[in-house]
Order: sequence, then C-alpha cells, then structure tokens
Amino acid sequence: MNATLPIETLLEMQRRMLRIRRFDERASKMVKRGQIPGTVHTSIGQEAQVVGSCMALGEQDYMSGNHRSHGHPIGKGAPLGPLMAELVGKATGVCKGKGGSLHLADFAVGSLGESGIVGSSIPIATGAALSAEVLGNGRVSLAFFGDGAANQGSLYESMNMAGVWKLPVIFLCENNQYALSTPAHTVTSGVIAERAAGFGMEGVRVEDGQSVLAVYDAVSTAVSRAREGGGPTLVEVITYRYNEHSEGLRLGTDYRDAAERSTWLDRDPIVLFRDHLVSRGVSADTLDALEAEVLAEVDLAVAFTNDSPYPEPSAAFEDLYTDVEVAA
Amino acid sequence: MSVMTYLGAIGAAQREAMEADERVIIMGEDVEANVYGTTGGGKSRSSEGDFLQMFGKKRIRNTPISEEGIVGAAAGAAMTGLRPIVDLSYSSFLYMAMDQFVNQVAKNRYMFGGQASMPVVFRSAMFYGLNTGAHHSDRPYPMFMNVPGLKIIAPASPSDAKGLLRAAIDSDDPVLTFEAVLLWGLKEEVDDNEYRIPLGKARTVREGTDVTIVAISGSVPEAILAAQDLEDEGVSVEIIDPRTLVPLDTRAILESTAKTGRLVIAEPAHRTCGAAAEISALVAEEIFDALRAPIVRVTAPDMQIPFSPSLEKQMYPTRATIGDAVRRVLDSAPQRLAAEISR
Ligand SMILES: Cc1ncc(C[n+]2csc(CCOP(=O)(O)OP(=O)(O)O)c2C)c(N)n1
Ligand SMILES: [Mg+2]
Repeated sequence: MNATLPIETLLEMQRRMLRIRRFDERASKMVKRGQIPGTVHTSIGQEAQVVGSCMALGEQDYMSGNHRSHGHPIGKGAPLGPLMAELVGKATGVCKGKGGSLHLADFAVGSLGESGIVGSSIPIATGAALSAEVLGNGRVSLAFFGDGAANQGSLYESMNMAGVWKLPVIFLCENNQYALSTPAHTVTSGVIAERAAGFGMEGVRVEDGQSVLAVYDAVSTAVSRAREGGGPTLVEVITYRYNEHSEGLRLGTDYRDAAERSTWLDRDPIVLFRDHLVSRGVSADTLDALEAEVLAEVDLAVAFTNDSPYPEPSAAFEDLYTDVEVAA
Repeated sequence: MSVMTYLGAIGAAQREAMEADERVIIMGEDVEANVYGTTGGGKSRSSEGDFLQMFGKKRIRNTPISEEGIVGAAAGAAMTGLRPIVDLSYSSFLYMAMDQFVNQVAKNRYMFGGQASMPVVFRSAMFYGLNTGAHHSDRPYPMFMNVPGLKIIAPASPSDAKGLLRAAIDSDDPVLTFEAVLLWGLKEEVDDNEYRIPLGKARTVREGTDVTIVAISGSVPEAILAAQDLEDEGVSVEIIDPRTLVPLDTRAILESTAKTGRLVIAEPAHRTCGAAAEISALVAEEIFDALRAPIVRVTAPDMQIPFSPSLEKQMYPTRATIGDAVRRVLDSAPQRLAAEISR
C-alpha cells in the first residue's frame, strides 16, 4: 500500500518523527536544567510507532494517550509552542498550565488527552468511538497505551464493549517491552495481540515497529475497517524506548541489557526512514533542510514559552465547573 | 539509634517484618528493582540489603500494572494465611482498585460474620507539591476514612513511620498507609531495635497553652514552623499529630482542645468531608462549651490540583497560612472581643 503514498506524505512522516525527537530531546535537557518542573517521559526511539499510527488517522479523528505523552499530539499535528509552554507551566500552554507534560491535550487536532494513570484513558477513546458511531460522523478513534497498560482491566472492558458494539476504535499497544523497570514478558501471559481473538476482533502484531510504513500500513487497515463499520482492531507494535523511563530517573538496577539496547539503537526509526527516502529519490539536501526546519520550529517553541507569562494564581480556580465558583 | 530518613525507616520496618515472619511478602509494581527505594539497601542489585537477594522472588513479587487485581489478590492471600504488604506507589492509583478496597477488603470480615481476617497493609505515597499534575498529586485518605473496616495511618516522622508500619503489619485488619513524599527525605535518630507504635495513639508534637493545632501528614512540619513563628509573638501552641486517622485518638484531640480552648486543623486534603471536617465535628459535638473561638480548618481548597508551579504552590497549608489561622482564632476569642468592645 505504501508504494502509492505521495512523496509529500512520506516527508510529512519524517517531519513529524523529527519533531517528536527534537522536541523530546529539548524537553529532556530542560528537565535536567530544572526549566521543566517534575519530569517527562520521552518517545525517543518510538517515533515510527507514534507517527505511523497518527498519520493513518485523519485530522478529525480522535486519539487518547498515556504518560509517554508528547509524541501523540505532535504526531497528530499539534503545534509545538503551546505544548512546550504547557510542559513549563505557562499561561499559554495548551491546557493553560493546568495539565503539564502528563496531561497534554489539543482538542483542535482530535487529541482528547494524555493520562498519567496507566490504562485510564483507554475507555475515553472507546467512548469517542461510541459518539462517532451514534452521531454517524464517520470519525474513528485510537487509544495509545503501553505493554504495561495491557494488563489493566480497563482495556478488556473497553475491547469487549467495542467488539460487541462494533465501535470504530483502534487499540494501539506501544509494546516497548518494558513497563518502567519490569520486562513485559515477566508480567504478561501470552501474546498481547492474540488477546483480540477472545473478543472476536482482529489482532495484529507489527514486529517492525521501527518502520513508520509498517506501522502506517497496519493502522491504515484497521482505520479502514473501523470506518466501514467493521469494528475495532487491536494493534500491537514492537518498539523500544531509548531513554530512561522518565527523564532524570536514575535506577541503579540494570534491568535492560546494554547489548539489547544497542541493537535497537541501530534501528533508529528516523535514520531508517531517511535511508528509505533517499532510496525513493529524495535528495540529501531536501532532508537536511527538513531537519533544519524542525530544529528551528523547536527553537521557536522554546522562545514562545520563554516569552510567555506564568498564569495568575487565580487561574487555579477556573475551569472546574461550568457554572459554580469555588473559593480559594 | 541511627539517623534514618523517613523512606529508610519504611524500608527498615519492612525488612524487620520480612525477617521476623515468613508470611510477610511484598508485592507491587517495580518492587524487585527497588524503584521507589523501600525494597533495597542501596540502589543496586548487588548492594547489601537488596530485598530480592535477601528474600527471593517468591516473597518480593513484581506485579503487572493491574491495581484492582493486585489489591484483590492481596486480600485473598491475607484471608488464607499470608500477611502481604502491597506497594501501590502513588496514592492516586488506589482508585483503580476502589471496588476491591470498599467491597472486599473492608467488608469481608464483617459480612462473613468474623470468619475472615485481613492482615494486609497497603502502602502508597502522596506526590503533592511536586508539580506532578492532577493525576499524581491526590491526598485521598479522607475517602478511605469514610469506609468502615479500613484502618488508616499517616505518619509524619521517620520514627513514627517505622513504628506505625510495624504495628500495621502486625494488625489482623487491613491498614492503609499514606505517606507524603515531601516527608520522605526527613531525617532523625531512629531506634534500630524493633518497636511498634500502637495504632490509634496520637503524638503530642509540642506542648502549649493558647491554641491547639491538629496537623496531619505533610502539614505537621509546616505547623511546627508556624508554632515557632507564633512563639516569637508570645503565643503558646500545642501540636497534636493524630498519626492514625482510623481509629482516631479522639481523647488526645479533645483533651488538648479542652485545655487550650482553641483549635486549628491543618491537612493537605480537600476541604469537604476531609479529616479536618471530621475532627471539627467531633470537637463541636463533644466539647463545644470548652471552645473560646470558632474552629478553623486549613486545607486544600475543593479544587483539582494544577500543574504549573505558579498555581500549585497556593494549594496546601503552609507555615504562613497555618500561622494566620492561629492568629485569626486568637483574635476572635470572645474575651478579647469583649475587651475590645468595652474599651
Ligand atoms: C494506574 C497506574 N499504575 C502505575 C503507574 C506508575 N507507572 C507510570 S508509567 C508505568 C509503566 C507503564 O508502562 P507501559 O504501559 O508499558 O508504558 P511505557 O512507559 O513503557 O511507555 C508505571 C508503572 C501509573 N502511572 N498508573
Ligand atoms: Mg512499555
């Protein structure tokens, strides 16, 4: 299928992967310098899986995410400035500084919110698919969650409802093989993708999650099925996170093998796709220019953040209810 | 005695209990790798005191991220001979297991006519004040106070953390412990020997005569600072830390308040139906006549917790807001009012 994709689309894939990489690299630095409060979880190494999924969706389609939270809205097309401002807690942040890294949401691009609670947002994507089905607006919905979240009951309650109601939803498991320090195989019985069979739905496992096109193909098939009334799909993508679980976290225990890590570093999705683009006839100059553009975009996002004010203390007391004031 | 952090004291209590009784096991996410710092000596697998090395995989059990299953399985194991300590890491994750807490853990002994006992401890920490955003900053202990059958502790010092956790592990009833992460780094001399602090006994943090502050969890150090400020102003403050919220040491609270005639309650939870609300009601019901001023609560507002540092910092009781509350209570004392009116 991907042979038919126009070159502009392929370049857009690379652009979005680069945005995620450079944004997360910058965010990591800012955490370590104390410019971002708390911590962040980067998608570095997992860009293909994020972008392949997001690009298979339309702008109008919905998406929910988890704590590894920046890649999802970026992949879905959200502008970087308000995302970065949110990470720092500025008033111009996409959630006005109320959410922070863990709770990014940009409804303008269908991003219904990232979640700090593992497994908690899967039913939300399921509900968005329910509204699409009832309203008949043709939208589909996608829930991003990790291999760790695949052991939460919320997934199976959602899969069952989606299966029985034939909801247009894709359950997208980002299997980076670890949940914090815990190897997936030590806490996961069987194969995640195969769990779909028990719910009478398609389950696919994308073994090459470092290939943006492989992910794009698998998710596109699921999206078509969903749009045509064929119901949900469980897609499990095998990938790897390059950084520590969260930035600044220091675990003394070597839970990941150095050799394993270097094998995956050799399969950097951005490098792989650059090579692919070159083989498709895209010039190195074009690709270099793209990289420079993305770096400039991230610089601009940081400048926007730095120029933005912090929210007034009174802003903490806005947005809870629609029509009830709460006293400080 | 040796100097321990609050977190170190928790680790010490767990180690003692694991050594003393084979039925004690620890289960939770990432406990093998000692991610949260209470199941290891140092940070590395080879370092002395590593729980996995000492006790093995049977008793140090990494779980999937399945809080409802973990809590329920721990309850089932407790009903049938184990004494599990469940590390739920963040207090916010307790909600995932609400059904198990409320319908199984709390009710089973009662519903089954006393046939079941539930010797299980659920540890969790409240990551508030650390810009973690709304999902990680909850202080949900009052919700659980509203569930009969659960015992609840909230130690505020390293010594209390060690002694109360040992008593919790000894308890044949389910105990939830809520730790403020802001307290984890506190250091003091802690008894290296085994000791228990009985559940249900408050600690008088300092004695005073003018006003009682009942302070809970992370509000205790703030109350101590406020009391020092007030001392400079000539106000004598008594601070009571209940330490156990269920069962509550009502006697200690009532006696102190009866003595001073004035009560301020400080806690980091939300205002409505918080521990402070319960304590206010208790004092109003029992010793209304002894009060020389209205009770004042210093709590988090009934608002979710914002991420931005510029917003979050105003959300919890501080030295300043507790101090102001005490000044307000003193100002509104009837005799002073009367004196002002007659002047
Ligand atoms: C309900 C809940 N339990 C535990 C946690 C703590 N926690 C945060 S991320 C994480 C690991 C998640 O692993 P996975 O779902 O595989 O996502 P990954 O971080 O690998 O992308 C854990 C245990 C949480 N945030 N929420
Ligand atoms: Mg994972």
